[in-house]
Parts: sequence; structure tokens; C-alpha cells
Amino acid sequence: MKFEELELRMEEMNSPFRIRRTTVGESTWEECAFAIAQNHGQLVTLWASQKSAKRFAVTAIYSMQDEGLLWLDLLLGNNVVTFPDISGLFPSATRMQRAMRDLMGIMAVGSGDNRPWLNHGFWPNDYYPLRKDVSGFEVHEPEAPQAYSFVEVAGDGVHEIAVGPVHAGIIEPGHFRFSVVGEKTLRLEERLGYAHKGVDKAFERMRAIDGHRLAGRISGDSTVAYSWAYCMALESAWKWDVSERALWIRALMLERERIANHLGDVGAIANDAGFTFGLTQFMRLKELWLRTNKEIFGHRFMMDCVLPGGVKADVSLESIAMLREQIRVFRSGVERLRAIYEDHSGLQDRFMHTGIVDNELALRLGLTGLAGRASGVVHDVRVDSKSFPYTQLNVNVAFHEDGDVAARVSVRFDEIADSLNLLEQILEKFPAGNIYSPWTKMEPSGTGAGWVEGWRGGVFLALSVGKGGNVERCHLHDPSWQNWPVLEYAVIGDIVPDFPLINKSFNLTYSGHDR
Amino acid sequence: MMWEVLKQIAKTGIASEIPPVAMEVEAIHIHDEILKILGRALTIREVDAGSCNGCELELNALGNLYYNLEGLGIKFVASPRHADMLLITGPISRNMSTALAMTHEAIPSPKLVVAVGDCAINGGIFGESYATIGGASKVLSVDYEIPGCPPEPIVILQGILTAVRYKLEDRTN
Repeated sequence: MKFEELELRMEEMNSPFRIRRTTVGESTWEECAFAIAQNHGQLVTLWASQKSAKRFAVTAIYSMQDEGLLWLDLLLGNNVVTFPDISGLFPSATRMQRAMRDLMGIMAVGSGDNRPWLNHGFWPNDYYPLRKDVSGFEVHEPEAPQAYSFVEVAGDGVHEIAVGPVHAGIIEPGHFRFSVVGEKTLRLEERLGYAHKGVDKAFERMRAIDGHRLAGRISGDSTVAYSWAYCMALESAWKWDVSERALWIRALMLERERIANHLGDVGAIANDAGFTFGLTQFMRLKELWLRTNKEIFGHRFMMDCVLPGGVKADVSLESIAMLREQIRVFRSGVERLRAIYEDHSGLQDRFMHTGIVDNELALRLGLTGLAGRASGVVHDVRVDSKSFPYTQLNVNVAFHEDGDVAARVSVRFDEIADSLNLLEQILEKFPAGNIYSPWTKMEPSGTGAGWVEGWRGGVFLALSVGKGGNVERCHLHDPSWQNWPVLEYAVIGDIVPDFPLINKSFNLTYSGHDR
Repeated sequence: MMWEVLKQIAKTGIASEIPPVAMEVEAIHIHDEILKILGRALTIREVDAGSCNGCELELNALGNLYYNLEGLGIKFVASPRHADMLLITGPISRNMSTALAMTHEAIPSPKLVVAVGDCAINGGIFGESYATIGGASKVLSVDYEIPGCPPEPIVILQGILTAVRYKLEDRTN
């Protein structure tokens, strides 16, 4: 289906990728959701904003094959704080709607799950931090800790295992409630929000031109993707031209970020299956990779290296030679290790048929990004967005059909190999030129969007700049919002000791999700 | 296949680098120093109090063969009951305040508290708000701070060693 068939008056937003925007009323809101769901479109994200003292808006971003994105605004009436639920059509909307209620006090009517999500009882249920009439600095005395009503599972021999928020290893905080019989997992329920830092409100204290620094610190392992999405949104809102060389360097950094995470993951996933050799070997490669980042870009994770107007560090001829050599060494090094992994029957026995998400479930629940591709849902923003410089690069989107741990490992290996190729293409193609174009005009108000294929999947950021160049509203979306709920299904029927393995094979973000 | 694994291990060899020294001290034998003060290896319990995960990545890197944390007689443990030191990252999200307090409480004395990263020191870019307390020292007595965003593994290692060398001695005497 094409978005045109919805018969809405859409306007093309200024953006390096195609995104059309329109405002609708309640019945059209529901009709669009239905039509898009029927035609296998996806909900990317959902958020609320405050337009004036008594008026709010709810915005949904939808994606459709070959259609780019649709930005759909629903303006609520005076003093209206409710809107029609869409979680029946798009299951991933459930938690997004719960978060909207926690942050802005806007409620989905008809939704089955109205439990708080980000509010853990440390501030009152009716304190809505994103509302304009609160500063965001209010500190409350927490009431007696409210029990979170986890779904209870009854039956002979069913017992509960509670894990977290502090976990055994050096890892982000979150709570997992298992219902098990013997060793088999009957049900898993997650509770997240422990890393909630009030980022949305914090953005509103910043000048738009500085916002990339906050965007890049929401999830450290995706700092390049998030800051690029932010810069893309601001540059679009202001019609700020960025040089080609800067865009190529952004892609270089993004692919380096992708590889760094995949190297760490394939090692850690093997470690969770007891194959410590894999962890040692890949942590070594990752360390060398990060040291090169430090040498060339000034930071191991390239934080603050993408900024509005361009990039911070240039790539010298010497660096290009070093990068080329590194690609060569890593390509053969990773291939050799991959062969060992695939030949190791004990390891493959743990990986295969564990944590399965089949294609049908993946489509129904909206599984996206790397995990989606491992279950046959083949989308990649680098291809779908048709934006520079990826239009000049040959991206071979990696995917698998099995949807198990082995598939998610396999996709990572394929993506490492493909990103190494992309890095070579970038080093070949990128033109001379400056790497930063300063903004010399007034800082106008305006709205823009950013859409980047982070290493987990599509990162989306919506930015509204207000008077005086301050951030009026900034909403960042990580694909973990779609994928976390699917993890609850992936573990069903598997043994509890396989949970770390399955969880690590997804490696979703807690902080990037909680903001 | 085992042959390939052994071949790879032999090829990689031992790549541990010389560890940094605790600040203001001449080359000391870290292992012996920790043994002398504690009577055993140093164990650390880490708590992510709302960090962006950047600090965690660098803490995990300490285990790689270059930094070789365990070779220095230091290890991260799952249970606070087994820990000598509490390492905190993040601007102390309010949602983590209870878990942090309980973990701290569960660590037996003598114990050290170390704040790793700018967020754990002063809230970093997140500061103090409805959602974040803004620095571990607001809720706990912090013995040592390791600044950075994130601090690199070598800096974290140096900080841990300094905290042990100077602060633990105070605590045990």
C-alpha cells in the first residue's frame, strides 16, 4: 500500500530521507492505524507533546515498504488528555502508551495495560514531568514502594524467579520475573525503567545546537547513531547543508560503531554458552578496534564526534592507510574465528533452536532491526531511507530465517563482514572538502526528523526547535522498544540457564529505552 | 576443531600490558600490596545506577587480555556479600536508589565506595532532576572518584589501585 491511498493531505518534510507529515482527527487516526496494520506497515514510535496550556498532541510515526515514513499528528481538544489506543493493532504501542501516560499524563482509551512503566513510585502518579507547568526539578518523597503487579501464573509446580535490577555481571539494570516449572520457562515478564534519567525534559533545558551532546549520552554503545539522528533532525529543521565529506565520515564512524558492538557481542554470546575462548579472542579484537577509534577520532566510542554541521575529526591519508590495513587484518581474523564457532558442535548445540522467534511472530509483534532480520524480517534503514551517502554504497542486508540464537550470531558475523566492505568503499569514495559547516544565521524554530540504522536497528529522533533556538520537544526512539516485549516470547519453553544466552543474543538497550 | 582453537590461542600469546601504578607511588607490586592490606584478592561489586552503559563497556574491557584485571588479583563478583568494594556508575537514577542502597548495605565492612564516570561524581550531563539524584556522594559516602565520560580502562584501573592503596589502608586500621 502507498501512503497516498490513505487520502490525507500530506506535506513532504525537509529531510535527507522521505518523510511526509499530516494532521488528523480521531476517526482518521484509527482508520490509518487499521489500514497500515492491514497492509503490513510498521509503527516506528509514538509520543505526546504539549502545544499550549490546555492542548496536547499525540504523534505516531509509521513506516511502509518503499514509502519512507509517515508522521501523523493527532491534535487533542482543549483539556482533552485521552486518545484512541492503537496497541490492538500494533502490540509495541502498549509500552509506548504507558510511557506517554507516565511522562505527559496522556492516556490511551481502550488499552488493556495501564500500569505505570517508567514511574516506579519515586514520584506521584499524577506528576507528569513533561508538562510545561512543571520544572522537572521537583523532588518528591517516595511513597511506600508500590508493588508492581506482575502477571501471576498459577498451576502445579509453578514457581517464580525474580532477577534484578542489579544483575550478576557488569550490565545495565532491569527486572525479569520468570514463572518456571522445573527448569523450563513458562513465562517471562520484564520490568524496565530503572535507568530513566528524564532525558526528554533535560533536552528542553538545552539550546538545540548543543543537543547532540545529550543525544550521544543516552546509550553509550550507540553514541554515533543517536547523535547522527539528532544532527540530521536539526540540520533538516534549519535546512543546514552539511558537506559530503562530513556525511561520508559519519558513515565511516557509524559502521565502525556497528562492528565494535558486533565484535563484543559474538564474544559475549559465546561466553554465555561457556565458550570463554570466544570472549577472549573477540574482546582482544574489540580493544584494538576501540584504540584505533581513539587514535583517529579522539574517543574510543567516538562520543561528541558527530555534531550539527558536520564531524569533529578528519581522516588523514595516514589514517586511511592504517584503517585499510586494519580492515584486512580483521577480515581474516574474524573469518578464522567464525569458522571455529561454526565447527564447534558443543557451542552450536547451545546456539541452535534456542530462543526462537519465528517469522510469523516477528511480523505480528513488530520485531525490528538486527533481531528482526535474524527472523526473516528484512529491513535496514541504510537501504530504506535512500539517504546519502548510503545511496552510493552497496549494502548487503544480512538476514536469516531461523530466528534462534544461532541466527542472531550469524547475522552479526555477516554484518561485520559487510561493514568491513562498506568501510573499504567509503575510504575509496569519500571526496575532499571541509568537515564542518558552521551555522551563521539566526536560530529559527522548526521541526525535523532523523533516522539512522544504529547497530540494533532503526533509531528515530523527532526534534522541535522553539523560539530562540531552544529545544521545545525532542523524542528519541530506540528499536529496543519493539524488541524487548518479543524477548518475553523468545524464552518460552527454553530452560532458565539459557536466559543469559538468549538475552545476550538480542543485547537490547536498557538506558536507550528508559531515557 | 580443537586444534584450530589451540593454534589460535598459541598465536595470540600473552598480551597483558604493564599495569599502571597507583598515583604518586613508585612501581609497586600491586598483587602483593592488595594481599598485604586485605589478606586476599580484591573483589568488586558494580552497580549501574542509570548509566548510559558507556562506563560498563570500559569496566568490561578491564577483563580483556590487555588489562588483565584478574591477573592483578582483582575480580568482579555477583554477590555483594563477597565484595570489598562497591563501584557505582550513572547519575543515580531515582528508580535505582533502593537497589543501590540495598547493595551497599549488603557489602560487609571494611568496604570501599568508588564512583566511576562523571555521572556518578556529579550527575554528568543529566545533573539533578525529578529522575536523577546527581552523583553517588549525595546518597553514600564515596571514598574515591574516577572522572571521565567514560573513563578509559587504564584510568579506571589506576583509580581502583589508588583507592585500594590509600583508602583501604585507612579503613582497615
